[in-house]
Amino acid sequence: MKAERALQASPKASPVGSFLGAVRAIVWKDLAAELRSRELLSSMLVFALLVILIFNFALELDVKARATVTGGVLWVTFAFAGTLGLNRSMATEKDRGCLDGLLLAPVDRSVIYFGKAIGNLVFMFVVEAIVLPIYSILYNVNLFQPGLLLVILLGSVGYVAVGTLLASMAVQTRTRDVLLPILLFPLVIPVLIAAVKASTGILEILPMDQIRPWINLLVVYDIIFTAVAFMLFDYIVEE
Amino acid sequence: MITVKKLVKRFGLKPVLRGLDFHVEAGEFVALLGPNGAGKTTFLRILASLSRPSMGDVRIAGYHLPAQAAALRRRLGVVSHLPLLYGDLTAEENLVFYARMYGLPDINHRVAEVLELVGLAARRRDLVRTFSRGMQQRLAIGRAVLHDPEVMLFDEPHTGLDQDACQMLDTVLREVAARGRTVVMTSHDLARAADLASRFDVLSRGVIAASVKAADIQTNDLLAFYRESIGTGSVPG
Repeated sequence: MKAERALQASPKASPVGSFLGAVRAIVWKDLAAELRSRELLSSMLVFALLVILIFNFALELDVKARATVTGGVLWVTFAFAGTLGLNRSMATEKDRGCLDGLLLAPVDRSVIYFGKAIGNLVFMFVVEAIVLPIYSILYNVNLFQPGLLLVILLGSVGYVAVGTLLASMAVQTRTRDVLLPILLFPLVIPVLIAAVKASTGILEILPMDQIRPWINLLVVYDIIFTAVAFMLFDYIVEE
Repeated sequence: MITVKKLVKRFGLKPVLRGLDFHVEAGEFVALLGPNGAGKTTFLRILASLSRPSMGDVRIAGYHLPAQAAALRRRLGVVSHLPLLYGDLTAEENLVFYARMYGLPDINHRVAEVLELVGLAARRRDLVRTFSRGMQQRLAIGRAVLHDPEVMLFDEPHTGLDQDACQMLDTVLREVAARGRTVVMTSHDLARAADLASRFDVLSRGVIAASVKAADIQTNDLLAFYRESIGTGSVPG
């Protein structure tokens, strides 16, 4: 009788089975699963810390040189650690068929893109929030400057916008671990160059008119590639 | 409820479905039988709007695929041999997540009802990765019926289940059918299909090679019918 009642219940979808509600549900799901497993964050963090540690021993730096190389070292760290996270985030959807579960939901498929992208961005920010103080201590550089934090925010958004799209494509292939960096790095070169130049400019205390063009490039890149990903995602995930 | 005309699906140059015609009335329970590689899963993925047809016309509950796929998905429940569940979430969290994706009202009440239906209320706080295959499949059915769909698609749902889990699954499938839902289920298990379905269609070489109503065939004759259908399944064109 209970079974019959459960099947007879006829839930009607609320109008707010809407875009934002579904995006929030995906982000919540990713964060809740990661809080339990800690697979994604731990691998990203270990990798990121190893990279900055190796650079610390490899480079004999005076105070001026530190400000020059910090932008590059930081973005190499974020980019490589980010690739690990992007791959893992989509692999968990694919391995148990969960991507099909998401695709079966009666929502616009861009919801899935934005949900996954926001989740990936949160993971990037967590890694960056841990890496920055450790880097500051190891290299004796003050990284907690509003300008630099803005550049990290914009660079991460651009990186994740393209990365989430390409990870959705790569995860459908057998060589996904190799394919993602091959596809991703050429496309994010503009964002990485702009982020490195802007970060270095801020750390070297260059005039704002020399830094602003790079920040503008980051903003334009973020807008264009988020829009492109929004338009293409449906085609990428469908057979 | 489901009408498919001249459906073609190619992967690259390789055709998997070759002009398939298929019709299901509302409330029918159709078992789709066929050998490995016949195209059963491909066909079900097209009906589920997970794959685009290369050619042909597909209508389900009045919705045209792929153009009206998003609207159709609200009326469609799908169970495959993969659970489509997150191992690091609890049974309850998985259902709550899908309920949010479907925009259901009164989520906690609905999730509790469905967990009761599939016999997992006592394990609702356990992580899905600790579940047996049978329990995962029961939860997968819970996920599929959560939004009370009119049409249900089952892709070899008994795969990997032990006898007890199969019986539990059959009970739920009967409940689903008794509610007047339209069901299409692919299966290799003729005995099980005979026990559940009101019609048997045989898919062979990309087309429906034969179809018979359960009322028109004895269970004992089903194997002979199936073998004969595979042998005579013709490729159009």
